Amino acid sequence: MANSFIAEHSLEYPGGYQRSVGPVLGRFMTALREGKILAVKGVDGRKIVPPQEYDPVTSDAIGSKAEDFVEVGPAGRVVSWSWVNEPRIGKHPLSVPFAFALIRLDGADTTMLHAVDCGTPEGIATGTRVAPRWRTDRVGKITDIECFTVMADGEQPVLAPARTNLPGDDTEEGDVTGMNSQFRLDYRVPAGASTRRYLNGLGEGKIIGGRAPSSTEVYAASRGTDPKTGEPTSIEVEIADTGCVTTFCIVNIPGLSELAPEIPYVSAQILLDGADNMMFGLIRGCAVEDVHMGMRVKAKWADELAPSHNSILYYEPTGEPDAPYEHYKDNL
Amino acid sequence: MRDVAVVSFAASGVARETESNEIELIVPVLAEAMAQSGLQKSEIDFVCSGSLDYLFGGPFAFVAGVDAVGAVPPIRESHVEMDAAWALYEAWTYIQTGEIDTALIYGFSKSSIGDVQEILTLQTDPYNTLPLWPSATDMAALQARAYLEANDLDARVLAEIAARSQRNAMGNACAVRSGDVTIEQLLAAPKVADPLRESDVFVTSDGAAAIVLAADDVARRVCRRPAWIRGIEHRIEAHNLGLRDLTRSESTATAGAAAGALSGKVDIAELHAQFSHEILVLSDALGLDPIATSINPSGGPLAGNCLMAAGLSRIGEVAMRIFAGTADRGIAHATSGPCLQQNMVAVLEGEAHG
Repeated sequence: MANSFIAEHSLEYPGGYQRSVGPVLGRFMTALREGKILAVKGVDGRKIVPPQEYDPVTSDAIGSKAEDFVEVGPAGRVVSWSWVNEPRIGKHPLSVPFAFALIRLDGADTTMLHAVDCGTPEGIATGTRVAPRWRTDRVGKITDIECFTVMADGEQPVLAPARTNLPGDDTEEGDVTGMNSQFRLDYRVPAGASTRRYLNGLGEGKIIGGRAPSSTEVYAASRGTDPKTGEPTSIEVEIADTGCVTTFCIVNIPGLSELAPEIPYVSAQILLDGADNMMFGLIRGCAVEDVHMGMRVKAKWADELAPSHNSILYYEPTGEPDAPYEHYKDNL
Repeated sequence: MRDVAVVSFAASGVARETESNEIELIVPVLAEAMAQSGLQKSEIDFVCSGSLDYLFGGPFAFVAGVDAVGAVPPIRESHVEMDAAWALYEAWTYIQTGEIDTALIYGFSKSSIGDVQEILTLQTDPYNTLPLWPSATDMAALQARAYLEANDLDARVLAEIAARSQRNAMGNACAVRSGDVTIEQLLAAPKVADPLRESDVFVTSDGAAAIVLAADDVARRVCRRPAWIRGIEHRIEAHNLGLRDLTRSESTATAGAAAGALSGKVDIAELHAQFSHEILVLSDALGLDPIATSINPSGGPLAGNCLMAAGLSRIGEVAMRIFAGTADRGIAHATSGPCLQQNMVAVLEGEAHG
C-alpha cells in the first residue's frame, strides 16, 4: 500500500455469527435436513413458508405446536423471477447463470425465494413448474435445497436423496437449534487529501497538522476540519516530533495486535509541541514504571521512511524536565 | 400541530469521491444549507443525521458527521441508521413537542469504497434469505416482472422512464448519469437482471444532502417562501418478500393517504425510486397523474443515488421548487428496505403568492 494511498479494508467476523434459530425456524430447518419443506399455519389458516413466528396480519404468535406445521411442495410454480448473469461465487447458490424466483410451493399460500437452475432466461417463465434439487450433505439450512429445477410436463418431484453426512450410529443428532452466518465485505478506501498530506509528511520525517483560519488550534493528522467548529483546516502546519505524555496505560495483555511489542509496554497519549490534540503512541526506551504524566518524549523514526503510520516506531524519553501540569491539563 | 417548514436544502454528488473523506464531503453541504437558512450555528436546536456503518466500512459512521458539524460547546444530536429522510422525521417530531424550533438534518455516504449490492443484501432476513445472497437489484427485478406482467406491460415502459430520468437530470448538478438518450438506445442494451437493464437500476453517488427545518415564525423570518410540511407519515411492510403483493406498494398508499397526499393538486412529486418500475408502483400507490404532476424533475435516484441522503434529497428537491415558486404543492417520497419495504410520504406546500 506504500504509495497508493488506498487502504484495503475488510469487514468480517471470524467464524461468523452463531445465530439461535428458535423453535419455529428450528422445526423448518430440521425438516429441511430430512428433505422436507414445512409451512406454518397462520391465524387464518393460510400456510406460510418459510415459516415465521408471528402471524403477518394479527401479530399473534404461531407455530408453537407440531400440528401448526404442514408439509408443502416440494414442487411449485414460479410467481416471478429475475435473471443473474454473473453469479457471485461463494455467495450465490449457483456458480453458473441462474434465475432467482419467488416460488409458490404446492399447498402453500405464500411464495419462497430460491434459485432456479434453468440454463438461460428462455428456460423459465412465470408459471413454470419447478422442484427442489436437494443436497445430500444437508445440515438444516435453506441452502440444503441447492436450487430448484424446471419440471417437464407431467413430471413428478422426486424424494430428497438420502443424506451422506448422517451422524454415527450412537450419535443423537437432535433438532436444529442454530446456524452459522458468515459474511465478509471488502472495501478500498482512498486516503483523501487531508490524510494524504499527513501521510506524505511522515514519509519525509515530518508531522503535518492543520488549522482552521478562525482558530489558533492546530490538529495533528487533521481529518480536514476543526472538530470544534466543523470549519475546514485549510492551513497546513508542521508540528514538532517532540512533546509530552499526557495520559498512558501499561499494557499487560499479550497479542492485542500483530505490531504490539512484548508485554508489558506503555501506550500513551502524546501532546506534541505545537499541536492542540493528542497523538497515540508507544513509549519505549525506559522501564514501564518510569513513564509518567508530563514526561518529555521524542518520536523514534524508522530507518526507512514511508508515507505510513509505521514511520514513527515509538516515542522515547528525552531526559528534559517534565512539562508542567498547566501545559497539558486541557488535553486530558 | 405546529407548522414546520423546510427552509433550506443543499446536496452534492459525484460518481466517485477520492479526494475527500466523509467529514470533508459533509462540510461544504452543511455550510451551504446553513448559509441558505441564514441561521447561525448557535440557533440550531437539534442536529440529526442518517448514515450506514456498512457503507462506511466500520462502526459509528455518524461520529465522522459530528466532526463536520462541530460539537463544541456540546450539541443536541441524534442519528438514524437509515436514510436521512427518517432523521428529518425524528427532527419534525421533536419540533412538534414544542421543545425546539429548528433542526439541521443531513445524510451522507461514500458508497464507492465498497460493494453496494452486497451491503444492501445484509438488510434481508438472515435465516432464509441472506444465505442465498440476492442483491438489491435481483430482488427489485422480481418486483419489476411481477408488476409488468400483472399490468400487461413490457420493458419499453421502463426504458421510457429511464430516458426521462436521464433527460430530467441534465440540469441537476448532483446527477452522475444524465443525457439525451432515446428509448431505442436504452432498449438495445443488454439486461443486467432480466427484466432490468443497467439504465433501470440506480447509479450510486458519493456525497451528502442537508436540510434545515424551522417552525412557525422562525421559518417565516428566515425564508421568503418556506416549504411547509403539511403531512408526513411512514409505514412498513413485512420483511419476507413472499408475504407481500409486489405488484403494489400498500405501505406507500397508506402513508400517502395518512399524509394527505391526495387532498389537493400535486405539481411535483419526487419519488425515491431506485429502479425504473418503482416509479410505476409508487405512482399507482399515490394516485399520481403523470400529466398533471411532474414526476422526478431532478432525475431522481436513477440519475444519482447517494445512499442515506437520496430520500432526504427528495424532500429537498420538492422544497427547492417551492422556494423558487415553480411549484406550490408537492409530494416527496423516501424508501428503505428491499422492494419498497418501508415508505415515507411528505406533503410540502408553499403559501399562496401575494
